Amino acid sequence: MSATPAMPDTRIAITVGPLLYFWPRDQLIHFYADVAESAADTVVLGEVVCSRRHDMKLADWLALARDLATAGKEVVLATLALIESESDLRALRRVAEQGEFLVEAGDTSALNMLAESQVRFVLGPHINVYSLAALHEYTRLGALRWVPPVELSLSSIGAINGAGALLPTEVYAHGRIPLAFSARCFTARHHRLSKDQCEFRCKDDADGLLLSTADGQPFLVLNGIQTQSAAQQCLITERAALLNAGVSRVRLSPSSKQFDKVIETYDGVMNKGHDANAALSMLDGLSPAGGLANGFAHGRPGNEWSSS
Amino acid sequence: MNEALAKPELVCPAGSLRALKMAIDAGADAVYLGLRNATNARNFAGLNFDDAQLREGLDYAHARGRKVLMALNTYARADDVSPWFAAVDTAARLGADALICADIAVMAHARKNHPDLRLHLSVQASATSHEAIAFYQRHYGIQRAVLPRVLTLSQVGQVLRHTDVEIEVFGFGSLCVMVEGRCALSSYATGQSPNNAGVCSPPAAVRWHDTPIGVEARLNGLLIDRYAKEEPRGYPTLCKGRFDVEGVRDYAIEEPTSLNTLAILPELIRLGVRAIKIEGRQRSPNYVEQVTQVWRQAIDAAAAAPARFRVEPRWTAALGHLAEGQQHTLGAYDRPWK
Repeated sequence: MSATPAMPDTRIAITVGPLLYFWPRDQLIHFYADVAESAADTVVLGEVVCSRRHDMKLADWLALARDLATAGKEVVLATLALIESESDLRALRRVAEQGEFLVEAGDTSALNMLAESQVRFVLGPHINVYSLAALHEYTRLGALRWVPPVELSLSSIGAINGAGALLPTEVYAHGRIPLAFSARCFTARHHRLSKDQCEFRCKDDADGLLLSTADGQPFLVLNGIQTQSAAQQCLITERAALLNAGVSRVRLSPSSKQFDKVIETYDGVMNKGHDANAALSMLDGLSPAGGLANGFAHGRPGNEWSSS
Repeated sequence: MNEALAKPELVCPAGSLRALKMAIDAGADAVYLGLRNATNARNFAGLNFDDAQLREGLDYAHARGRKVLMALNTYARADDVSPWFAAVDTAARLGADALICADIAVMAHARKNHPDLRLHLSVQASATSHEAIAFYQRHYGIQRAVLPRVLTLSQVGQVLRHTDVEIEVFGFGSLCVMVEGRCALSSYATGQSPNNAGVCSPPAAVRWHDTPIGVEARLNGLLIDRYAKEEPRGYPTLCKGRFDVEGVRDYAIEEPTSLNTLAILPELIRLGVRAIKIEGRQRSPNYVEQVTQVWRQAIDAAAAAPARFRVEPRWTAALGHLAEGQQHTLGAYDRPWK
């Protein structure tokens, strides 16, 4: 690859995505204390996977949000990706109507409440935007930023953004990829527990529960009702392609080991002219079972790696 | 309770003109079908309709007072949305009774250019609550929503109590354990998914290998399942494979079962469900005919005398035979895992 310029002139903002796992409260508070000190521009807070995980109430998230805002971070509150019950809807409405922080819509129920209240919002990665025509519609209804679906390639994102991006575009750049949701909890199922008496066993898996093929290849990760990739998405070598596609932000998804290094590494390569290949080896060393992948960005199967 | 209940529409799959005719002759109130391209979620070789077949199918159905719903339920592609918009125009021009759509780009085009064309919200839009349905009703005027297969019977009831949009539910066929329209498992393994290509675990990516320890089913190289010599083999849909988790090999995501809601048909009707959908545009015309016959009888019986309704053993036998040895379950409607 060609040498990166010493002083890139376009800043790519760094967003810390929502925590997808169920961590003990102390670990979570400690994690965000580190994030407060980091180079991250934006932090997305809130439980987006399972409505049964409620160690952190909305008031706790809001208190944390205020701390991070005081530390100079833009804070966004994200909503559940799968809404099923009336109590899910009530909890969602409290987030949609809190008025203090920007909200990232996890599903169409959230979009309805946000559009109805006429507040601007972020389109999360589970809102299906596959074309400029769709993005136009969501913009008309109040979207101010979008996170494309994880399977959308950089060339498709570039086609949507064209000569100038309609909305600031934030790409899911690093971390195990959220691929699917179910009403069923696969972590509970693995432990032969019912969903309503799950004993919160997902708390044991700080980075999800690894699922491998019968010939030993790490394939997916079970995270309660969410299924993720085992491989971590990694777009550290894609700075030029990201800019070409009109991307102005990268989303880094929280993981349990040395996440401060991940933030620092992305900021270094995206904004300080650090060498991407050296950064790649470092991130590879930090990655859990499954390694790194960037296939989705290249319009390939998401589990592939291509160096270009 | 002896009073008759409003009869839900029986909506049957038509992967071909022959399946369409057989479904209608067997008593379908409506059939759903797609064009021969990536604009619908059963984009398989040899399936679906060209314009001439669509015309003939519409004539056949309309002459018998039945409806044709056109599935346009994938997401318009970033580099070229025109096939999706052209498909909307075709549906309107040829007189389809409704469009089944998931992408708001498609809905906006239909609303603007063909305001009289009825819109049904596809299951691929994954609207799991009445708030989500209200969004599509308010902004795009949808008149019916197909509910995802992840909701329980009581959650279906909650939706129905809070919306005046017609509700359609799945009655029979393959079961997606993941929320439809938001699953990238297939593109993670193969590059192609229901949203971006109208396929899941595409046949072109499947390979079978005979090995000394059994027959392997691979999807783009990934080992999805391994069968002993005498073991029945299923199609390697990747969420239905056997995988290792903490040293235990099992169906870690979903057992290869299929959905059958005959047993709760009176409850579905009582809740106010307006249409029951049969999955399976990829199935043979004979399959469609036999499933349609059973469901026609069942819906007629359940609506006429819900209190006396019982699942006839011959229905169960006919459907069991068609499901090729698979177990039938009520899916999420009666979640045994909850």
